[in-house]
Amino acid sequence: MKQKSKPQPPAWYNNIIKKHTPPRPLFRNCLAAFLGGGLLCALAQTAHYLLTLGQITDQAASTIVMLSTVALAALFTGLNLYDKAGQCLGAGLAVPISGFANSVAAAMLEHKSEGYVLGSGCNSFKLAGAVVIFGLISAFLFSFAALLLDMI
Amino acid sequence: MEFLTEFFRAFFVGGLFCLAGQLLMDVGKFTPAHALSILVCLGSFLGAIGAYPALVRFAGFGAALPISSFGNSLVQGALAGARGGGVLGLFTGILSQVSAGIAAAVLFGFIVALFGKAKL
Repeated sequence: MKQKSKPQPPAWYNNIIKKHTPPRPLFRNCLAAFLGGGLLCALAQTAHYLLTLGQITDQAASTIVMLSTVALAALFTGLNLYDKAGQCLGAGLAVPISGFANSVAAAMLEHKSEGYVLGSGCNSFKLAGAVVIFGLISAFLFSFAALLLDMI
Repeated sequence: MEFLTEFFRAFFVGGLFCLAGQLLMDVGKFTPAHALSILVCLGSFLGAIGAYPALVRFAGFGAALPISSFGNSLVQGALAGARGGGVLGLFTGILSQVSAGIAAAVLFGFIVALFGKAKL
């Protein structure tokens, strides 16, 4: 079999590209992600603490906090604020569960013009689908392995 | 005092998860979809060996809010199903604990799509 190799740009060209690509501000990005993501988690913890002061059980409070996080993320996506904040905080807003809600809401909103079924419906899990699918596959394999190890 | 400890534990652990995601994207050159998938798989692995539930007990929402807890919830649901119904329980239980998150994301996402205006 003859291997078809992709035409490669010459080395001098790559060097020029490398020279002119701005370096990613790594330290700034990491600090923003740590502070932003940490603050979001700490706020959720605060909301949970305030809820459990009342008559609400621990489990119910957790569900309420989770649902409100998702709802707020969807709301801010609709107001185009989540993307703006996300550009500043990077993974700090992408990694928490609100990033999952944002990706679903943003995809549904973006493809609305193609129709509710073919646009919003078909594209809703464009990014979140990867998380659900590979989460499910890995979770199944790991829990199956744990089940087998338990039997031995 | 109790609350302050909880607050800073959640802040620190949650921040570390987000930092890991940022490093995957910036240093590892993964796309966001790849980075999030890696974190979810890591979460389900830690969930299966029992480390993730311990982390949630320690850090609360610092561990429960990042997407890696999605993987953990999938495993915990599957294992809870397996305790009741063996291998069949794996299938019936695996999505049980993440149901709230997915349902809320879809419903609120649809509401936003109904009333929101896509930016051009």
